[in-house]
Amino acid sequence: MASSTASAMRPTGFSAAMLAPGLLVTCLFILAALGLLVFLAFRHNDGSLLGSGLTIENFITLATDPLYIRIILRSLLIAGVVTCVTVITAYPVAYYLSFHAGKHRRLILFLVTLPFWTSYLLRVFAWKIVLAFNGVLNSALLGGGLVSEPTTLFINTPYAVVVTLAHAYAPFAILPILVSLDVIPRNLLEAAADLGAKPFTALLRVTIPNSMPGVLAGAVVVFVPTVGDYVTPALVGGPDSTMIGSLIQAQFGKAQDWPFGSALAVLVMLTVLLVMLLARRASKSWSAA
Amino acid sequence: MKRFSWLGAYVALYLVFIYLPIALIPLFSFNDAVQAAFPLKGFTLAWYQNLWNNDALKSSLLTSVEVGAAAASIATLCGTSIAYAEIIGSSKLARLISGLARLPILIPGVIIGIALLIVVNIIALGPSRLAIVIGHVLVALPTTVMVLRGRFASIPRTIAEAAQDLGAKDATVFFRIMLPLALSAIASAFLLAFLTSFDEFIVAFFLSGTEPTLPLYIWSQLRFPKSLPMVMALGSSVLALSIIIVAISEILRRKDRSLALTTSH
Repeated sequence: MASSTASAMRPTGFSAAMLAPGLLVTCLFILAALGLLVFLAFRHNDGSLLGSGLTIENFITLATDPLYIRIILRSLLIAGVVTCVTVITAYPVAYYLSFHAGKHRRLILFLVTLPFWTSYLLRVFAWKIVLAFNGVLNSALLGGGLVSEPTTLFINTPYAVVVTLAHAYAPFAILPILVSLDVIPRNLLEAAADLGAKPFTALLRVTIPNSMPGVLAGAVVVFVPTVGDYVTPALVGGPDSTMIGSLIQAQFGKAQDWPFGSALAVLVMLTVLLVMLLARRASKSWSAA
Repeated sequence: MKRFSWLGAYVALYLVFIYLPIALIPLFSFNDAVQAAFPLKGFTLAWYQNLWNNDALKSSLLTSVEVGAAAASIATLCGTSIAYAEIIGSSKLARLISGLARLPILIPGVIIGIALLIVVNIIALGPSRLAIVIGHVLVALPTTVMVLRGRFASIPRTIAEAAQDLGAKDATVFFRIMLPLALSAIASAFLLAFLTSFDEFIVAFFLSGTEPTLPLYIWSQLRFPKSLPMVMALGSSVLALSIIIVAISEILRRKDRSLALTTSH
């Protein structure tokens, strides 16, 4: 028989020591950094490092200046569209991996996730080559005689930003959806078939609802990095696709208004938090249904 | 002959969509033209030769390798200890720290960059190589914690319990049993952390002082149309290196998985 101590190892000096590096890194560089950011967002910009006084002026500017409101709404819209496009196109891939891939599953999964580990900057750059005025797409259209001169519809548009971001974050959506599809009991689908459900009905009424937690988790992990993205709007987006990430960068760069930049960052964090809470609630109501 | 499946065709198309833009970079890197457009002109290795004679590139590559090695070492060390404490010690504090360590995945890179910029300015370190290392530790930490949690959770509890019953102290259990069993996963986590740092751009963008990392160097070159072919040769090399590292990391993790099977039977 196992001894009484075997069910759980006792916390000792050793396991406390094991936590020390993690405690240091998380407290000093995650909690302190985010705390300072929030603090700075409520300060006046007086040119010094931490500003002066306490104020909500930065947030009032954000909420009332039409320029900032427009950029914030645009960021939310672009990130929202990217999230929808990515999740909807990723779903069939995850479905195939879970139900049909068989012995090829590992290979396809590896191929799908591989680009995630290659340089994000280079993937955006690749889209710049495809979409540029004298780029691949335009030279193909010219060569095929479909257009008589290069079209300006591709590069420096919000569409370019959406396509590039949807491409960059594709692997993020597939994994959580796959996980949720994998745990659906297969006898649930057999039962649906026994009760006379056609495969398509079973997909709509059993598979998709049961995979909603994964869909929502995938939506969150795509939305989070896209809403604050800086690289893609800068490389393939024009003046009409400035997003909040570029705005934050400008405050910490040229504009030298760190408190206002921090307020923008706090707004992004609150948005992300709100999206996560909504997703969690929606996820719970799906599993309760 | 298997019958045609729309779903299978869709997945094939999806893979084409994912890889086609990326495949253009190596393709144009051998093309004898400054412009990246079809039709291709002719085959050349000139852009790769340019890489060899570029000192600014070499020094940024060196910076990236050094920053990556340092950041990956620290992230792997912290990831190992946090994951082990959470899975084996399973105290409330350990679970909280593990949660915090995985938080950076839910914070956009721009925010990690500026938040750390504030911190390094307050501690009078300023933007520097060390600042980038700290930033990259944070960015890589979620990956190392997740890889190692998975590994420690898959080691059968009975092994550690048997050692304890035989009188081994916690530290002995860790260093003589759990650490060797998790060694390939630790190596795999290190490689993924290195790759994360090596490819990371936005955090380094805010935290770099006078020495750019490789992605920052690439970014600076994107403004000059004339250096685009060189960027493509460089990009192809970076892509090839990334793929090799991911493949090695994947093999290491599979090795661990088969090890877990043999030890649990």
